[in-house]
Amino acid sequence: MDNSNLVLRTKLIDRLFHWSMVSCFMLVALSGLSWFFPSLNWLGYVLGPPQLARVLHPFLGIAVFGLLMCMFVRFVHHNLFVRTDLTWFKHIVDVLLNKHGQKLQIGKYNAGQKILFWGIMSLISLLFVSGLMIWRAYFAALFPIPVLRLALLAHSVAGLALILLVIGHIYMGIWVRGSIGGMISGYVSRAWARQHHDRWYEEEVAPTKPLPSKRHG
Amino acid sequence: MGMQSQDIIRRSATNGLTPLPQARSHEQEVAKLIDVSLCTGCKGCQVACSEWNDLRDEVGHNVGVYDNPANLTPETWTVIRFDEREDEAGKLEWLLRKEGCMHCAEPGCLKACPSPGAILQFANGIVDFQSEQCIGCGYCVAGCPFDIPRISKKDNRAYKCTLCADRVAVGQEPACVKTCPTGAISFGSKAEMIDLADTRVEELKGRGHEGAGLYDPAGVGGTHVMYVLTHADQPSLYHRLPDDPHISPVVRGWKEWLKPVGALGFIATLAGAFAHYMGVGANTTDETPPAEPEKELEDAGQGPNDNGRDA
Repeated sequence: MDNSNLVLRTKLIDRLFHWSMVSCFMLVALSGLSWFFPSLNWLGYVLGPPQLARVLHPFLGIAVFGLLMCMFVRFVHHNLFVRTDLTWFKHIVDVLLNKHGQKLQIGKYNAGQKILFWGIMSLISLLFVSGLMIWRAYFAALFPIPVLRLALLAHSVAGLALILLVIGHIYMGIWVRGSIGGMISGYVSRAWARQHHDRWYEEEVAPTKPLPSKRHG
Repeated sequence: MGMQSQDIIRRSATNGLTPLPQARSHEQEVAKLIDVSLCTGCKGCQVACSEWNDLRDEVGHNVGVYDNPANLTPETWTVIRFDEREDEAGKLEWLLRKEGCMHCAEPGCLKACPSPGAILQFANGIVDFQSEQCIGCGYCVAGCPFDIPRISKKDNRAYKCTLCADRVAVGQEPACVKTCPTGAISFGSKAEMIDLADTRVEELKGRGHEGAGLYDPAGVGGTHVMYVLTHADQPSLYHRLPDDPHISPVVRGWKEWLKPVGALGFIATLAGAFAHYMGVGANTTDETPPAEPEKELEDAGQGPNDNGRDA
């Protein structure tokens, strides 16, 4: 394969973390939705009969949390907010309306992706803690019932928010052509990199001059 | 699977868009009335309950009080509570209460339950768990204002008093009522039991129990297990019987508020994404080589890319 036009954006280990997490997340999210919206009860059958789904849901949830923590370590330094993120926010309407042209000084991830990153990481942490608390087979008996009620509410709110964020994430992947392929193969085209992550391209992919110092973001 | 002889008022995790079985037009609400002033704490009701329902709980330990087993368990659906109290005059009172499911008219367990049909409320007022539908999540534990349901470690399913739904369905009274040697437990239509309670409360008041009254808490729509209490003004004296039980606002918020808001959130997100895609179109990248070769590519020793798509 001629790779001269392609640049490596996501390493194999990170892609494996991402897609194994996605597989577990789908099963956890669908079974969770089956209990939150009982009229969509059939969604839970992705994990077998309802009793079995109830058994598996928390274990798969822990797998999602663990994989996301691995991704946190791998990705956090690209997701710290920097001054140039303000430029992206100022042009968010142009971004959404597909008006290219200006250089928005976007690093490896744009400000929207950083919000997604921190949203996912905080929501999964809340889901992890509240999920352990309401885990009837092991931990729920350790907590007073009023605390369990709050944990159940928090688990539902965080689960809903996370699923909605992920729907947004999936949509962005579909909208921005080349990103899903990029997350599977790891490679994106140079033109794609320049268009969507200009500062990342200029500083890290094809630097034209030596970097003054190591910069994150 | 409920009782075929009964209409069903509520079915857990089931929307109300289609009617539940309701062809029978002449079903009476039943109630069990427990008169704490007549209870001697013999625990005959506990034995009868175990006997009828084929339950054999572990023999408990004496923990310094007469309550035995020390708490409700998946295999102990009723337990007599013994509370000592000194009144203002320093007189000792021994307050006994038979604890168990109250069979609320507005059951918190049923509201919280996520498994369709795992909890049914029959037209006679009985709230019954359908164990084969139970998934063992424990939401009913959080939903109940009286701390009644218990999840079995043996099979991960919730258990509680059935009000002997199987006996009541064939015209018998619950096992505990049948066995009570002092007549402290009565069973009949809810209207009859309220009448009986009124008579009994008058008697108790006549004997100096000024605070006597009926416990049929309105916060849960009334219950189908009611108490005659000698201190009806202070129910919590009787082993923390709630003064004003109601479904927790947190549970209501979760089930009544968050659910529709969440559904709207899904619709808005999906519709917004679809509308955006229709209006803006795919965000594609022009892979045509730039008109002028870019410096960095030359520097890197690479020509302008020659495999651009959509050229």
